[in-house]
Amino acid sequence: MKDIILKVENISKQYRLGQVGTGTLSHDLNRWWHQIWGKEDPYLRIGETNDRSTKGTSDYVWALQDINFEVERGEVLGIIGKNGAGKSTLLKILSKVTAPTTGSIKSRGRIASLLEVGTGFNPELTGKENIFLNGAILGMTKKEITAKLDEIIDFSGCERYIDTPVKRYSSGMTVRLAFAVAAFLEPEILVIDEVLAVGDAEFQKKAIGKMQDISKGEGRTVLFVSHNMAAVKSLCTRGIVLENGKVALNSDISEVISFYQNMNSSINFYKTEFVQKDIYIEKVEFERGISAFYSEEDIQVNFVLRYNVEFEKNKFLMVRIFDDLDQALFSSEIELKRDKSLYNLVIPKFTLVKGFYKLNCIVYHPAITQYDVIDSCCNFSIINNRPDFSHLETFDIGKVYSQTKWI
Amino acid sequence: MNTTNTSNTPWLFEITPKNKFLSLHLKEVWQYRDLLFLFVKRDIVTVYKQTVLGPLWYLIQPLFTAVTFTIIFNNLAGIATGTVPPFLFNLAGITVWNYFTACLNGTSDTFRNNASIFGKVYFPRVIVPISIVISNLLKFGIQCGIFIVFYLFYYFQGAAIGLNPSIVFFPLLILFMGILGLGFGMLISSLVTKYRDFNHLIGFGVQLLMYLSAVMYPMALLKEKLPSYGWLVQYNPLAYVIETTRYMLLSVGQISLLGLGYTFLVTVLVFFVGLLIFNKTEKSFIDTV
Repeated sequence: MKDIILKVENISKQYRLGQVGTGTLSHDLNRWWHQIWGKEDPYLRIGETNDRSTKGTSDYVWALQDINFEVERGEVLGIIGKNGAGKSTLLKILSKVTAPTTGSIKSRGRIASLLEVGTGFNPELTGKENIFLNGAILGMTKKEITAKLDEIIDFSGCERYIDTPVKRYSSGMTVRLAFAVAAFLEPEILVIDEVLAVGDAEFQKKAIGKMQDISKGEGRTVLFVSHNMAAVKSLCTRGIVLENGKVALNSDISEVISFYQNMNSSINFYKTEFVQKDIYIEKVEFERGISAFYSEEDIQVNFVLRYNVEFEKNKFLMVRIFDDLDQALFSSEIELKRDKSLYNLVIPKFTLVKGFYKLNCIVYHPAITQYDVIDSCCNFSIINNRPDFSHLETFDIGKVYSQTKWI
Repeated sequence: MNTTNTSNTPWLFEITPKNKFLSLHLKEVWQYRDLLFLFVKRDIVTVYKQTVLGPLWYLIQPLFTAVTFTIIFNNLAGIATGTVPPFLFNLAGITVWNYFTACLNGTSDTFRNNASIFGKVYFPRVIVPISIVISNLLKFGIQCGIFIVFYLFYYFQGAAIGLNPSIVFFPLLILFMGILGLGFGMLISSLVTKYRDFNHLIGFGVQLLMYLSAVMYPMALLKEKLPSYGWLVQYNPLAYVIETTRYMLLSVGQISLLGLGYTFLVTVLVFFVGLLIFNKTEKSFIDTV
């Protein structure tokens, strides 16, 4: 029998778009009028699905619509989705920051949330004082914090600065300290949003390890929202994909990740209209217009650049290749010439293994400025492996082929 | 961690769109009492950081106000304060009045000032205004200190002043004042989240209210000179608190048990209505702030 610790039933959340002004007052009065006569809220019906890119006709929008899921004790649930899909709204409702418009959430454990770290940190107070303050804000008692103080300081790695005001800390140190406090919370359910975005690699590893301990060793339940697919994959056992405020998929984590990636892979070219940037990328496309490649063919990508300023040198176009977990694999760059607008990049055959990839382009002047940045402008896939690896279908053979030799 | 099958245990809590009517969350506030204490400590510790004069600022404001009032209202306008030196009369009123305005101003913008914390983590929001009312006691204490200094000064000068035995109830009076400020503050902070208009209202509203609260004149004098406006002050619970303060500290004026009973009722009413509306607002203010 399943041990359900958290049950989300028909959760919906409606937001009013635009400004609060005189119109709000008339809506409020109208709503109140309906309420005292026991009628249904007149504005609950007219909301639209939340799709940020299309222009809606109504002032009300559903950020979440009929969300249902259950979480078992000890499970680490990943919540993924594009920007604006409703992830943060869901976490806000779970952590009681805002109330849902309809539906209910039932829980058998205390929920503590970690939506951005350093909540309530006061820059004037010392590290130690902030541990107490932050811990109390997150729901710990003074006694609990005192008992764990040494462990928290040790985990944060900020011992030398612990009696220094936090305003003297680097941003990385603040995050370490804040995460350390949260990691020693003892709620049955921990809600985490994008914490790992900051902090150096060593600390990120430590943080992921700690979260694994929390969920596996101590049997605590974690809800984890992140764009970092690598972290999601290594931490979570199950996941849900949100799309336009609805649950698009609720399944085990590998299925969820590949579903999410396919959702994004439909974009295979990039084009802008005229923009007011000094130098910008107008178009990126694959030579043959198709974004699926065999490993034995060269991949040619064409870039069209536009210049609104005069320059001589030191302007570069850098192209980075990312894998499906948003890890940069390699990059390539070329110096721009004022009289040349078309640049062609060739990724030689047998470079990448089977999988999904993205291109990320930056036009920049080293150490001065970035003229144009395009994240994951073109997605492409490699559909087979190099012939000598073709029998290794199920092995993780890495992402790129290397020029190794056996002698 | 207890891993036995707990599927049949009841839910610990439920998150729903609306509060149950009349839920005051007082039990929850008690659970978070350590946080309340830490907020008070934070407010006290950080308030003087990066100021040169530090707590002296708390003395300058009431002293200058009392001097101004004495010149304008007593010397120029000729309001009589009986045997009590006018300066001391004004200072007593201002000290208590300041505590009320500090509580009101501090709490009336709770939601907006704390939007960044409130937007990320849940704790009973009412902890914040309560902590402000408590940490303002420090400022009040310092201002009481300066009052005592002048009190002794005038006493040894031979002024006819003396404490009234009812002084033992003074802390209770201050508690009323704090709760009244808290109640109004919670009401206003709930309204301000959506309609900023109330912010402008409170700026001059408090100013006007001071003139109706018998801060710089005895209540009896107003009734005598302006009988047609006397009711304005008579229905103002703050006026009774200030009048009673002077009665306790300086043995001047009269004490009205009826008035104090009325003040008590208004205080309790304002506090509970304020708390109810505050708790209703905290559920979704983050969407409209």
